[in-house]
Formats: sequence, structure tokens, C-alpha cells
Amino acid sequence: MAHDRSRRRRDLGRPAPWNDARLRSLGLQAAVFILLLALAAYLAGNAAANLSRQGIATGFDFLGREASFAIATTLIRYSPADSYARALLVGLLNTLLVSALGIALATLLGLAVGLARLSRNWLLSRLALVYVELLRNTPLLLQIFLWWDLLRLAAPPPRTAWRPLPGVFVSVRGVYFPVPVYQPLYLWMGVALAGGVAAATGLRVWVRRARAGRPPLPAWIGFALVPLPPLAVFLAGGAPHLLDVPHVTRFDFSGGQSITPEFAALLAALVAYTAAFIGEIVRGGILAVSRGQSEAAAALGLTRGQALRLVVLPQAIRVIVPPLTSEYLNLAKNSSLAIAVGFPELFAVTDTIANQTGQSIETMTLVASAYLAISLTISLLMNLYNRSAALVER
Amino acid sequence: MSVGLTRALRWTRANLFNTPLNGTLTVVIAFLLLRFLSPMIDWAVLRASLSARDDRACAAVGGACWAFIRDWFRFLIFGRYPYAQQWRPAIVLVIFVALLLASFSRRLPARRLAPAWLGGLGAVALLMRGGVLGMPYVETGLWNGLPLTLILAAGGLGASFPLALLLALGRRSSLPALRVICTCYIEAARGIPFIAWLFLMLVLLPLFLPPGLVIAKLWRAEIAFALFIAAYLAEVVRGGLQAIPRGQYEAADALGLGYAQKTLRVILPQALALTIPAQVNTFIGAFKDTALISIIGLFDVLQDTNTALNDPAWRMAYVEGYLFTGVIYFAFCYSMSLYSRGLERHLGQGRR
Amino acid sequence: MGSGVQDRPMIELRHVYKWFGAQAVLSDVSLAVARGGRVVVCGPSGAGKSTMIRCINRLEDHQQGEIFVDGMELTADVKQIEAIRREVGMVFQQFNLFPHLTVLENLTLAPIRVRRMSRREAEDLAMLHLERVRIPEQAGKYPAQLSGGQQQRVAIARALCMKPQVMLFDEPTSALDPEMIKEVLDVMLELAQSGMTMICVTHEMGFAREMADMLVFMDRGEVIETAPPDLFFTAPRNERTRLFLGQILRR
Repeated sequence: MAHDRSRRRRDLGRPAPWNDARLRSLGLQAAVFILLLALAAYLAGNAAANLSRQGIATGFDFLGREASFAIATTLIRYSPADSYARALLVGLLNTLLVSALGIALATLLGLAVGLARLSRNWLLSRLALVYVELLRNTPLLLQIFLWWDLLRLAAPPPRTAWRPLPGVFVSVRGVYFPVPVYQPLYLWMGVALAGGVAAATGLRVWVRRARAGRPPLPAWIGFALVPLPPLAVFLAGGAPHLLDVPHVTRFDFSGGQSITPEFAALLAALVAYTAAFIGEIVRGGILAVSRGQSEAAAALGLTRGQALRLVVLPQAIRVIVPPLTSEYLNLAKNSSLAIAVGFPELFAVTDTIANQTGQSIETMTLVASAYLAISLTISLLMNLYNRSAALVER
Repeated sequence: MSVGLTRALRWTRANLFNTPLNGTLTVVIAFLLLRFLSPMIDWAVLRASLSARDDRACAAVGGACWAFIRDWFRFLIFGRYPYAQQWRPAIVLVIFVALLLASFSRRLPARRLAPAWLGGLGAVALLMRGGVLGMPYVETGLWNGLPLTLILAAGGLGASFPLALLLALGRRSSLPALRVICTCYIEAARGIPFIAWLFLMLVLLPLFLPPGLVIAKLWRAEIAFALFIAAYLAEVVRGGLQAIPRGQYEAADALGLGYAQKTLRVILPQALALTIPAQVNTFIGAFKDTALISIIGLFDVLQDTNTALNDPAWRMAYVEGYLFTGVIYFAFCYSMSLYSRGLERHLGQGRR
Repeated sequence: MGSGVQDRPMIELRHVYKWFGAQAVLSDVSLAVARGGRVVVCGPSGAGKSTMIRCINRLEDHQQGEIFVDGMELTADVKQIEAIRREVGMVFQQFNLFPHLTVLENLTLAPIRVRRMSRREAEDLAMLHLERVRIPEQAGKYPAQLSGGQQQRVAIARALCMKPQVMLFDEPTSALDPEMIKEVLDVMLELAQSGMTMICVTHEMGFAREMADMLVFMDRGEVIETAPPDLFFTAPRNERTRLFLGQILRR
């Protein structure tokens, strides 16, 4: 059909080429393109001249060379004898760690802040407002510096460490907390957990198909299916558990798991700062669901809690998700401020490598692409979620 | 009097004790507030030291070390700018505050704002630089502190604005090549953390310039900043462009207006007016982002604080130092956000 | 003026086609409107009426056939399109006044920027046309402060300020409250009596009978019937026209 039409379309007169709308648009685009190419060529020429003058060799060969610097926090095995490429991987993993933890914690805190802002309790809503305004209107970097100084200067030495919870120690050495020691049974508990999740999902699908139109099963049945199987395996296996609890030695701690003051400061600042923004997004999303909706729910006899859970939140979530996505992106990008306190995430590691090797262009290009990839991944995931939330409606 | 008392009681019951849960909540929060507020007041006011010689002396009293701020006040605000010449950056601060107030009061018509800011920035540069009218020359490396923060923010935003308009129009253009180029630029700039962008630009700019041409770090940072903000601002403007109904384009076409006239006289004025609140929010973000230049070794107001805190005599006064600097940032950002919210309410009522 | 110019149609469409995807929205539309002609186009919604008149000033492009305005052919020639748009005024269903400009500024924008008039000249002209549509006292107000009927009259005055040879009306009263329709139709009737060439898409059949010297009935992108009003209303030839008239006149 389209082919047919293009044959039927005839030339409508022949204007002067500079007046022809189509030729004009083509010409303009070509001009912009050539201009950009010329600019790129000029810049590349300058760069080549400058590089050869400074005697810097370009290329990514340096990635295979020995890094020969230590990294304090590593999720994978790493030593200074490893390559620059592995050091970068360590940094990337640290970025992902901070981002993932930060996003999870900031979402929880942000939700609490947003609900507090909407509370009918005047004191609570004012308190939340003060929190939001204070954190939103000062630079994150300043907040990171303050957290860091609090953790490394105000925190006590190990011997007199603060103990906010039994087994948890906060001192100038960082935060120490207990972790369970690995048991072979845990693997089977993992399998059981996966089975529980599969069963719960299957139940949901079955309920939607087979019981459509009838009153839904209580939600707790589905939720109970998830933790019960691993618990059963745990008990059946004789409930073996062993906690690796940190304890104070003369100048330090031993045992347990620790995070450095830098990591703690960065994470705390990122979470507190982002939660202020998320709180406002949650509040805005709930307010955006018109009052008519809550009133209609109330008129149907739903309680305030039911109205919030069944009517308001499902609609609000669609308003909330897009701006929430950009907050998640901001948090991931802001984790690069770690360089100010020396936590070895991707950007800090890259900066160290750039200083050691002088390969600034290559390293900065690498880091920029890595962040772009992270940003695009988060947007993609949130878009997928968004689409599923929109589909459930119909 | 008793009327006032009953009204206060009624308010208290309605807002603090309307349900048993809320009542309990109120009591718990009030208790916690008292627990924390009283030592805080104790620290910040009652036991504060205004004239101690170092942080140890403050610690002995057990209160805030405001003496640190008093001792380092001029440095915290003006940094290493020659001491005898600090009246010049002081005037610069006055100029900035006057420009901000004039912009926010809505008295100055919009078409006078741009010339006013351009003239103001020119005067600022002249005052900071000197070399004329008997003012000694001061190199950009010594333009420190709050004036630097404001110069970066205002200059960067001013320079980013035209670029942002072009990017937004380009992204909405009917020409695919333009659209692709603008979209790529915007998405790339927004996908990269500002600090990485700043490093990239600082490293790459000198590399890409012809050999022999050197640009001061301040201006390199300013360029990087403007190029970065432009991408965010472009998205704000694009939102405004998308909100303009198609009928407006068609009416302009039907009247025979060309692309330039249509864009400048009909579409952009509406799109920009519609997005002022979002623009101000972008400005607030940009203002806070200027703090990041302290990482690349420029002495903005945050770096001044860090430097002052390196003084061994005051090392432990960091809470006071960051509080002071935080208040400065807060004053600017909060007043801008109040303005934006007021405008939003105004727009919400006015338009329909 | 020579007789050759007088004889040539002001607007002529010859075998015009337009497709959206696979669907034809205009198929083999031919129409000639003489200088001073007053045409009313009617038909069910989706008949292609709006699309047709929007092709005349190139708000939409046609894909086959020829369109002439005052002897100039509409092609991809940008200069030609600009020239034609200067000669053709248009009034929209949704008024489309510029909300950020006062009434007077709405009227003077194009004369100053496109016709290169002086501001003085343009404002005098604007006031003249505001008086013609009987709202000179609203010159300093913004569109949002006016009623729908007033806004549509401003829109007519705005188009007239470009001194067009032709006026196109795209359902000018469809977005108006009933009590405001008459004030707009009265202005259009006066305009018709002054000898303006007009093409008007409307459902106001009483108005059509009074104003038009030719009626065009369109359905599914085709011109079904073209006739002078007395014939059109009393003796429609086509079955579809009869059906449509039966439906619309019964209301």
C-alpha cells in the first residue's frame, strides 16, 4: 500500500531548490552535521598535537598493568598486585553496593518522611517539614563532610564505642556488626526460599485465573508461603546457627563485619539527603490522587487504612514512580562524591588510576560510560516496572 | 483572653490529640524533642564560647565554639582575596543580593531582567578583577568564598540558558539529525555525575584547545558547569514546549509567521513562563552543585570552611563551621524555593 | 483589474488526495471558489471537511492533486507557502488566541512581523477591526478575561488584520455556548456581505442558507454534492445528502 502510494504521489511543481521545504531541511541537517564533524576534527587535531607534545601514549593497554595500590573496601578478592582492570571492577562493585543499599534505605526513610508530612499530627508533620527543608536546601557535599567528621572525630575510640544495639559498635574505626557464620544448610534454605517464592507466585496466578469474580484469598496466605519453607528446613536441620560477633581487643575489634567511617558517612549522607526528596515525591503522589477518590472510598464504607491501601496508594504509585526513578538515578550519580572522603568507589578508584598513569582521557571516558550504563539500567528497570503497574490497571 | 485560651485548647485537641494514637505520638515526640532540644540550646547558646582562643578552651566550657566563626569570619566569606581589598567582593555580594531581590519581586519586567543581570555580572567581574580605577589587579585564583560560589552559579546559569533553549528546540525539531544530536547530548550529560563531568572537562578542555591557549581553572569550571546545567534546563524547557497546545503553532502558521517569529513571539514566551517554578528548582540544584568545585581545588565557600578547619587550633569546631556554611547555602536555596512555590500557586490560580 | 483575473477562481482544488496511513482522508476532492464566493462545507464528523480547508493554507499537506490559491500553486516551495498564508486568514474552532498577549497585541503581531507595518499603523488597523467585530473596549485585556464569543470575534479580527483575500472558518461556533453563537455568526454575515471570499465548515444550517452562495456536502473524504442553497436544501440529489439533512434539520 505504502509502495503504491509513493508511486501515486507526483512531483508538485518545481520550486527553486533553496525554497523547497524538503531540500531545505536536508540542507540544514547536512550543514549541522558537517559543522559538528569539522568541530570534532579540529578538537581531535588539537588533542593529538597536545598529546604528542606531552609525550602521552593513548590507548587502553594500561588496564592490564599492575595497579600497585591498596583498596580498603572490596567485595571481591583484590590485592595491589592485581591489574588496573580489576581495581576498576572493585570500584564499580563498591558503587553498586552503595547505590543499592542507599536506594533501599532511602526509599524506606523517604516513605516514612512522606507519610509523616501527611500526618494529621501537627507536631509530626512540622518535624518532617523541618527535616525536608533543612536537607533539601543544603549541598550534599557539605552534609557528607559533616557526617564524616562526626564519624571520625566525634566517635569514641574502640574501647568506649557506642553500642546502639547489642553486638553493634560505632567507633572511630567505623561500624562493626555481627554476621551469621555460613552453614551448609543455608544453601538448602535458599533453595526452599526460591520454592516458596515460586509457590506464592503460582498461587497468585491461579487465584487470578480460577477464582476470578470470587472474593480474593486473604493476602497473608501468599506472604506466608515465602518464609515458611526455609524456616521448616532450618528447624528440620537442627537449627544450626553461629553468629560472628565482633568483640573489643586492646585497640581494635576482631570478628564480625565492619564498614569504614568513609563508607558509613557516605551512605548516611546519601540516604538522609535522598530521603528528603523521596518524602516530597511520596507526599505529592498521594496528594495528587484527588480527594474525590478518598471520599468515594469512604462512602463505600472502607476504613481510612483500607482506602489508603486499596484506593489511594495504587493510583499514587503511578504518579510516584517516574520522579522516584530520577531520584534513584541521582543517588547513584551522587555516590561519586565519595571521592571527597576517600571511599574507593568507581570514581575515586578511577581518579587514583588517572593520577598514576596519566591516562586521563581513557579513564574518564571509561567512568563516564560506566555511569551512563548504570543510569540507563536503572531507567530501564523502572520503565519496565512502570509498564507493569500501568497494565495491571486494565 | 479566655476566648483565646479556648481557641488554643480546641486547636490543640484537633491537631495534636484527635485520636488516641495521635495523642500518644504527640507525647512521645514532645518528650524526645525536649530530650534533644534542651542540650542543643545548652550547647548552641548557654555554654557557647564567643571569645575562646581555640577548640580546647571551648571544649572545657562544653558548648559551641562560635569563636571559630568570629576568628575566621572574613576568610570563610572571602577566602584568600587580599585582605585590604575585601571591600570589593563585599560590594559584589550586595550586587548579587540586589539582583536576586529585584528578580524575585516581579517589579522588574522580564525583558529588563537579562540586561540587568548582564550588567551586574560585568560590574562583578570588573570589581573582582580590578586593574582599573586604581583598584589593584587580583588574579582569578584568589576569587574565593561566597562571591566565587555566586559567580559560578549566576554565570553558569546565564551562559547555560541560550544553550538550553537551543537544545530543547533541537530535541523537539522536525529535523531528525538535529533531534538525535540534541537528545544524545542531553542524555549523556544527565547520565554522568557532575563531579565526573567536571573532571572530564577540566582534563579535556586544555587538551582540545590549540596549544598555547590557556584558560584559567575558574573559567574552565564555569564552562563545564554551564554545559552541564544546560542539559537539565533543556529538559525543563522541553516540558514547557510540550505543554503548548498544537493550536498555538497552527494559529501562528496560519498568520504567516515564520519559524523564528513563531518560536520567539508565540511559543517560547509561553513555554518559559509556564516552567518558571521548574527553572527555579533547577537553579537551586545548580547552586548546591557549585559546592563540588571545592573537590577540584577551587576555593568556594565550602572549601574556605574546609581550609579554616585545617587550623589545628580549631580542628574540632567542624560542626560550627559546617553549620555556618550550611546556613549561607540554606538562606539562598530556601528563599529561592519559597519564591518558586509562591509563583506556582500564583500560576495555578491565574491561568484558567 | 483585467477580466482574466476576475474569471480565475480564487481557490481551486483539483483531484486532491490525502492519506493517513492506509486510510484516505481526502479522495479526489475538486472544488472551485470564485472571487467573492461564499462556500459552506458540511457533512458528518470525520468526513474530511477540516482536513480539506487545512490543506488550503498548508497546515496539512496533500499528497496528490493540485491546489491553487489566487493562481499560486501550493507546493513544497517555502516562499510560495508564506505568500499564500499571508493571503488566507483562518479562524479555528478553539479560537487559538495567544494567551500571553493582550487582544491588541494578538491583532498587531502578524501585521508588524509579517507585513512589516509600523506599530502605529498596525494598531490603527487593529482598532478598526475590533470596532468591526464590536469589541473595541476589550483591546487591553488578555484572552482569558473574555467570553468564548468575544474570543472568537477577536480571532476573526486577528485574521482580518492581515488583509486576507480569503477567510477560512473551521467550525467557528462548535466550541461556543449556545447564547454566544449568534454574536459570532452576525459578524461572519457582515463579513460575507462585504464581499470577502469565504469557506466555512459549520453545522449551522440556518446560517448556511442565509450566507452561502454554494453548499458542499462531504462524506468519507469525498465531495458528494455541490449546489446553491435553495437547491441543496429543497432538492438534494444524493441519497446520503438527504439522509444527513434529515438528521441535522430534525434537531
